[in-house]
Amino acid sequence: MNAAVIIFPGSNREADVARALRQVASRPPLMVWHADHDLPHGVDLVVLPGGFSYGDYLRCGAIAARAPIMRAVAAHAARGGLTLGICNGFQILCEAGLLPGVLMRNARLRFVCRMQHLRVENVATRFTRGYAPRQVVKFAIAHGEGAFEADEETLRAIEDNGQAAFRYCDADGSVTEDANPNGSQNNIAGVFNHSFNVLGLMPHPENLIDPLVGGIDGRPLFASLAA
Amino acid sequence: MKARVIVTLKSGVLDPQGKAIEGALRSLSIEGVSAVRQGKIFDIEIAAKDRAAAQRTLGEACERLLANTIVENYVIEIA
Repeated sequence: MNAAVIIFPGSNREADVARALRQVASRPPLMVWHADHDLPHGVDLVVLPGGFSYGDYLRCGAIAARAPIMRAVAAHAARGGLTLGICNGFQILCEAGLLPGVLMRNARLRFVCRMQHLRVENVATRFTRGYAPRQVVKFAIAHGEGAFEADEETLRAIEDNGQAAFRYCDADGSVTEDANPNGSQNNIAGVFNHSFNVLGLMPHPENLIDPLVGGIDGRPLFASLAA
Repeated sequence: MKARVIVTLKSGVLDPQGKAIEGALRSLSIEGVSAVRQGKIFDIEIAAKDRAAAQRTLGEACERLLANTIVENYVIEIA
């Protein structure tokens, strides 16, 4: 697998994503600068890492979504190329129109930084086939603007098509209001596009790849992309 | 030409910042405020041949960047 990690001014999780990808892929990922116009030849997977691109000016991800490289990322996604956005990367994919909905300020206004249980909702995709159906995993979350919101029609389409990838839940896998850290509609923590080759999620699977630092629940995501 | 673009959240979209401001006004004993919604104002200098052209350009600016029309409305005022 050939992966490319896009670096925007203010990205800060690119090294963690690269480390996760190096664990599962035979070739290290290529780091690509936001001002480039083209992706390296033969890239299978594009990852937009977390961070605070452009200091979250205007709206989170809004400026980065208009960076020169994003035309190439959109073309890659339109060709069916795998595209993953984590945290700020998710916000950028929504702002770029590659994923439905938008990420708004957390309902209780607080930046949340903690471990969080998630339920894997759809395991029939290139991203999630390494998990068991409705498996409960524990990822780290660290965001101030992660409340997923979409209009009624879009939300219905997301649910009808199985585009909800992960939902915030408690340790038993119950999707409850108490387990929702940010006010996301339907506890949605991650969504696919309608062709399931683009995934965005607020939690950080790249943090959970080493038993020494909290667990390996994130590893199946990267492993199934590389397989 | 001088223009002002006002971006506001659509009604029904949760605005926790507006709610927090509303609460702060209440704690200052500022009476009679029943709701606050926070928005953004952009003051823009634009060169255009007439107002209609400026309106068109700014409309595109709003649609493509200044507003996220999933959750926001915009109004363009040209001086």
